[in-house]
Amino acid sequence: MTVRRSVATGLSVAVLIAASSVAWAAGQYSPGASDKEIKIGNTMPYSGPASSYGVIGKVDAAYFAMINEQGGINGRKITFISKDDAYSPPKTVELVRQMVEQDQVLVMFNTLGTPPNMAIHGYLNENKVPQLFPATGADQWNDPKHFPWTIMWLPSYSTESHIYARYILKNLPNAKIAVLYQNDDYGKDYLNGLRNGLGDKAAKMIVATQSYETTDPTVDSQIVALQASGADVLLTAAIPKFAAQAIRKVYDIGWKPTHFLNSVGNAVGTVMKPAGPEKGVGIISAAFAKDPTDPQWQNTPEYKTWLAFMNKAGLSANTTDVQAVIGYSFAQTMVEVLKACGDNLTRENVMKQAASLHDVKLPMLLPGITLSTSASDFDPIKQMQLQKFDGTTWRLFGDVLSASGS
Amino acid sequence: MHELLQQIFSGLAAGAVYASLALALVMIYRATDLVNFAQGEMAMFSTYVAWMLVNAGVPFWAAFALTLVVSFLGGMTIERIVIRPVENAPVLAAVVVTIGLLLIFNALAGWLFTYTLQEFPSPFPDRTLFGALMTTRDLGVIGVTLAMLLLLFLFFRFTATGLAMRAAAQNPESARLCGIPVGRMLAIGWGLAAAIGAVAGIMVAPVLFLDPNMMGGVLLYAFTGALLGGITSPVGAVVGGLIVGVTENLVGAYLIASQLKLTVALALIVLVLVFRPNGLFGAAIVRRV
Amino acid sequence: MAEDFAIASPEPLAAGRDRGLAAGAWRSTAILALIAAAVALPFTLSNYHVFELTQVMIYAIAVLGLNILTGYNGQISLGHGGFFAAGAYTAAILMHRYGVPYWATLPPAALVCFALGVLFGLPALRFEGPYLALVTLAMAVATPQLLKYFDTWTGGQQGINLAKVQAPAVLGIGRDRWLYLVVLVVLLVAMRVAANMLHGRTGRALVAIRDHPIAAAAMGIDVARYKTLAFGTSSLFTGVAGALSAIIIGFVAPESFTLFLSLSFLVGSAVGGIATISGAIVGGLFIEFVPNIANDISDAAPWAIYGLTMLLFMYVMPRGVVGSLAGLMRRLPPRRAAVGESQEK
Repeated sequence: MTVRRSVATGLSVAVLIAASSVAWAAGQYSPGASDKEIKIGNTMPYSGPASSYGVIGKVDAAYFAMINEQGGINGRKITFISKDDAYSPPKTVELVRQMVEQDQVLVMFNTLGTPPNMAIHGYLNENKVPQLFPATGADQWNDPKHFPWTIMWLPSYSTESHIYARYILKNLPNAKIAVLYQNDDYGKDYLNGLRNGLGDKAAKMIVATQSYETTDPTVDSQIVALQASGADVLLTAAIPKFAAQAIRKVYDIGWKPTHFLNSVGNAVGTVMKPAGPEKGVGIISAAFAKDPTDPQWQNTPEYKTWLAFMNKAGLSANTTDVQAVIGYSFAQTMVEVLKACGDNLTRENVMKQAASLHDVKLPMLLPGITLSTSASDFDPIKQMQLQKFDGTTWRLFGDVLSASGS
Repeated sequence: MHELLQQIFSGLAAGAVYASLALALVMIYRATDLVNFAQGEMAMFSTYVAWMLVNAGVPFWAAFALTLVVSFLGGMTIERIVIRPVENAPVLAAVVVTIGLLLIFNALAGWLFTYTLQEFPSPFPDRTLFGALMTTRDLGVIGVTLAMLLLLFLFFRFTATGLAMRAAAQNPESARLCGIPVGRMLAIGWGLAAAIGAVAGIMVAPVLFLDPNMMGGVLLYAFTGALLGGITSPVGAVVGGLIVGVTENLVGAYLIASQLKLTVALALIVLVLVFRPNGLFGAAIVRRV
Repeated sequence: MAEDFAIASPEPLAAGRDRGLAAGAWRSTAILALIAAAVALPFTLSNYHVFELTQVMIYAIAVLGLNILTGYNGQISLGHGGFFAAGAYTAAILMHRYGVPYWATLPPAALVCFALGVLFGLPALRFEGPYLALVTLAMAVATPQLLKYFDTWTGGQQGINLAKVQAPAVLGIGRDRWLYLVVLVVLLVAMRVAANMLHGRTGRALVAIRDHPIAAAAMGIDVARYKTLAFGTSSLFTGVAGALSAIIIGFVAPESFTLFLSLSFLVGSAVGGIATISGAIVGGLFIEFVPNIANDISDAAPWAIYGLTMLLFMYVMPRGVVGSLAGLMRRLPPRRAAVGESQEK
């Protein structure tokens, strides 16, 4: 099924390329693309409280630079324009308008953050500019009917907590669940995903929730309050700094719940080790990408390629950060889509190619996890795998799961 | 009951963090009549300096001492070069300069050290005490903060430089007439504040983990604590910081959902200030007619 | 500390009146010419630049509000982002939930923010200097939390997405230019209102309270009333700016109104000239363009450049651009001091 479709796609692309190479520079272009160049626009929080995500933008830039060195995409060089919006939606709107109207980019790619993306959502769809692979896991980006120019990439946060919910229902049916979450779209999506996943048992099973702000220095107080609720299962939906604090505090106060940790906050180098590796034993999390500190990948060719790329790009300081792996995979997907466009670099075709991904494998995603999209499904990654921390690394267990249950 | 005690002790531990930075804020205010918005970022930067030294193999206490010296000199230099030009300018200009410093330090740290979270070693062993109510680390922070407070108190009360500094801050003209080098006093004031900030940062980094945004939230609470205690009083800074820490925890646990914790805690503190507009231990701002 | 704020010198209009009719006529013509230029400008620029300039004007109105409170009345505020948010959300909720047309959201936003300002100004009477700074700072910090909490009204994290405003079809000028003109009108009205208020009795009372509160009280000025009024008016201006911002951007979310916004207003105020009216425009230009320029100069640490620029402006022009220029002009050939001009200390 998939082979036939990809062969068909491949054939049509081949025909297109052949046809366009016969006619001199007969490529079709939207603003931002030409025979020589493809312009890609991006906004990232390189400063401000969300600045730890800026590494994704840096990895994107480095990857595109590498592709350019290797000859570009179908002979065209990528011009990657990335600007700092400091996670402030009005700024994002301004910068995106500048990139679309002044710099004339072909597409907006990998813009980060739910509020920033929400702010530009309407504008990009109205002006028919692709909003490709925003770096946010909110559910609303999968809506091809109303927003045909927006396609997501990250497995949604609620997909992940659905997976936890199903695990809990199956293995811990009488659990009393406490939730620590960041007080914004990201944290709330996890909480709501858990609630939805538990269905009508949610009200009974979730006995306590506590939120924190990114300006809070610690989450110790929240953890203490959660323990007092008598819960025996804890879901932590937190970014690395607070995830590490939470793990440590849970251990220090002698609480031993079954602890679920969200994938954003499970990096070994930046969370598990600072928290104290022995304090994290037994924590369950989910993943879709390979953690660069996981020994089982250290000798694989894919990891070595990635590591060499990071070091060459001057990003050695980030080689323990799984965000860098994710950024790498984002960029690879973009390149795949652009390659598939051949010489038809119209915005329509870019969207079409983005919506025609079939079981695309990326080297740094977990084995078994692939990207698939269609005209009615703008959610490329729907699978994750559960893993348990053993004191040194995450050990994958079980099958690759999806939210709906296959 | 157990939860209440835990919240209080967690609050004290967090409060000690705020108190240590609040001491630095009070130091600058007493020396120069200025609130330094960049205090937290300077402390964070000092902590990175210590981190680099420790990573380079320097033993912890040696790195600590070296960082203090570097921070002291750094603080003095900043006062001379960055603050001096706006000394006689409207106060607002100086405020803007400190905001600018905040941005510069934050951006520099992010650029030099990346935004990835780093571990920072703690000189105190990692054990829990009093039946999991507190860790030795937290106790260490409280202890060091109190020690700094004591040193500051002795400095201002019993040393000639301390006296000179108080004079220079209170009435620079008269102080000059007495032969006190006011400029140098200001510089020393900034240097000391930077050093205190460095201590705060180093104590705090093992608890909060080191990244360029480490001190952002802490600065707000430190500011609140310093003012609650009275911006001119070091004792007030420590008491204020501890109160802020405990109040915030108790409010979040018992009074209101955690999503409004910060708001309500601040509101309560503002309420206290309404009744004591100069803080709990602060001296009233006397104005000559 | 109060006397450290830049001295409020009356705007050229008032001074012109005292110089005689001819000078006054010159001034009026110059101002009319400027206004004409401002109206013509959007038709020579691309949509994006028009959008940027509209942002500048919105920030100018917000900074003007801050100038009234902190510059003319000496009450420092680190929390004007909160008033800006209040105005923005008032407009957004009215438009989104109740279908109110965008121009009709301005008066309610103004009223709501005036009331908020007065409510805030009352307890603020107790505080001075750094304590007032803290109280306003608390408001700035609490604003995003409150916005997220009352999510049935505010849309919480997700914010509120607003339908795009349409320009009147009969004019045929496109949305960006139309909104530019709307905001321009509001800015001019705001400046006029501010000028009338600040050059008259109210302004003199405010400045007197700022410079010599005890003497002012002794002379019979109702200090509490004027200070609260200052807060309310200041909040009104900034709130209207917030409402306009919601209309222009078409989206509001708690992330748009962080502490950094409040600090930006303060910086813009100081850079333009804290106790001036036209300085607000300079402030708006600074807030809007300098971060972008910093971004272009340095990829690695743009905010360091932004911070550095702040420092440089304060070194060279500690009283702000307009404040320093006014100071320079005062050193020109001596003339009789105009009525209401406070004495240089």
